[in-house]
Amino acid sequence: MSVPDMVEPLLKVAGLQAWYGESHVLHGIDFEIGRGELVTLLGRNGAGKTTTLRSIMGIVGKRTGSVKFEGRETVGQQSNIIARLGLAYCPEERGIFSSLNVEENLMLPPVVKPGGMSLEEIYKLFPNLLERRRSQGTKLSGGEQQMLAIGRILRTGASLLLLDEPTEGLAPVIVQRIGDIIRTLKERGFTILLVEQNFHFAATVADRHYVVEDGRVIDMVGKADVQQSLGKLQAYLGV
Amino acid sequence: MFDFLGISPPALFGQMLLGLINGAFYAMLSLGLAVIFGLLNVINFTHGAQYMMGAFAAWLLLGIFNVPFWAALVLAPIIVGLIGVAIERLMLKRIYHLDHLYGFLLTFGLSLVIEGMFRWQWGSSGAPYPSPIPGGYNLGFMFLPTYRGFVVVAALVICLVTWYAIERTRLGAYLRAATENPTLVRAFGINVPRLITITYGVGVGLAALAGVLAAPIQQVSALMGTNLVLVVFAVVVIGGMGSIMGSIVTGFGLGLIEGMTKVFYPPASNTVIFVVMALVLLVKPAGLFGQTK
Repeated sequence: MSVPDMVEPLLKVAGLQAWYGESHVLHGIDFEIGRGELVTLLGRNGAGKTTTLRSIMGIVGKRTGSVKFEGRETVGQQSNIIARLGLAYCPEERGIFSSLNVEENLMLPPVVKPGGMSLEEIYKLFPNLLERRRSQGTKLSGGEQQMLAIGRILRTGASLLLLDEPTEGLAPVIVQRIGDIIRTLKERGFTILLVEQNFHFAATVADRHYVVEDGRVIDMVGKADVQQSLGKLQAYLGV
Repeated sequence: MFDFLGISPPALFGQMLLGLINGAFYAMLSLGLAVIFGLLNVINFTHGAQYMMGAFAAWLLLGIFNVPFWAALVLAPIIVGLIGVAIERLMLKRIYHLDHLYGFLLTFGLSLVIEGMFRWQWGSSGAPYPSPIPGGYNLGFMFLPTYRGFVVVAALVICLVTWYAIERTRLGAYLRAATENPTLVRAFGINVPRLITITYGVGVGLAALAGVLAAPIQQVSALMGTNLVLVVFAVVVIGGMGSIMGSIVTGFGLGLIEGMTKVFYPPASNTVIFVVMALVLLVKPAGLFGQTK
């Protein structure tokens, strides 16, 4: 498993273990992401991908090991402190608030650092949201809710975005649109950790892929090696 | 003057005013309960005791330090609100992960302890509090004591300001979002535990504010909140648990219904609110303004 040369990774996860109550879900996750990279976590259902994101954000029951963001240890910190370091989380279930309208949802996450996108820029990226800014957040279509969930973490100035299955349950044309948006965000300099089940989608946007199985990272495939590793990846993912 | 179904206008409007005043207290108290329940998941049974503490704080401030009513209107809610903050930090925060029943039992027990202490110190017979604005107006069809008119208006203002703060401001958006999904709100960088403490303090402060407003109307006594809080719980259930506007509209509305019942069929006036509660629960279990999740 070779990791490309990196001066200092933006995020370095080492020996991360996590528990939900009594059940031991992560058994030692190791990976790292360089500044400006787009890295995916691939793996079957229940492999521990979502738990890895939740552990990085500090919203699991118990975790041990090391998660360093910009060299700073975050294991042992509360999630509101971790978020303030510059990490932003877009959960799998999207987490749109029904008692808030679209714009209130967009404005909810506080700005943690300078350099985030303005509301105008976000509306330019997601014109649908501008049209529906006074609608109740949960009245939007699935695709629009996903765009809202991504859009609202772009304002905060966070440099690392954790996106959990942004394409899940969406029509192909919307998946394509989300892909364009993710590429735009990467061009803008965001570092992105993407959890995906949809490998074909992941392959179009990512620099590197980590494969997660039974709560461990078992392999890493770089963009250049994807073609020759297809057989191996398909075996891992069971597709 | 005309008579309406054999009721003289002064009696009718007099009861209407009384109903509105009671409704004003129902609204202010159920508002605080709704806000607290929404975010803390705790049915704050101490609310009646905290209302009583507000009245006592004003009475003691006047008796000991000669602090006038208008200053007490600000000071008493702050003092009682801070006591609320201490209760939240020391006790309530330990039980959020448990069933509603535990919060209910804890706050119920606390209200017994607090009311017992006040009764032990000051007895259960009430002490009078002088009206800060004596006098009144003869409106022709009835006599309106100025202070009572002021209470109705003040309660409306307090309710609308609270509604605005929750529904239209950024802090209110945090509160609404944290009510739905505290974990995610926290993962955005918002200090949810502190938000919870502040919310409880403000909710308790609202109860104390209602207590100060009640002091010149009622006797200041250790048990003044006990009966009231039962009715207020019925109001919250009728309005819909956690609904802000529901609490306000239902509070005033039920006060009026109760007042009118006193005019037309006095024996039912103590039970009418509970009858309404039973009917509403049969037809709309989530309450008039509640949302089924």
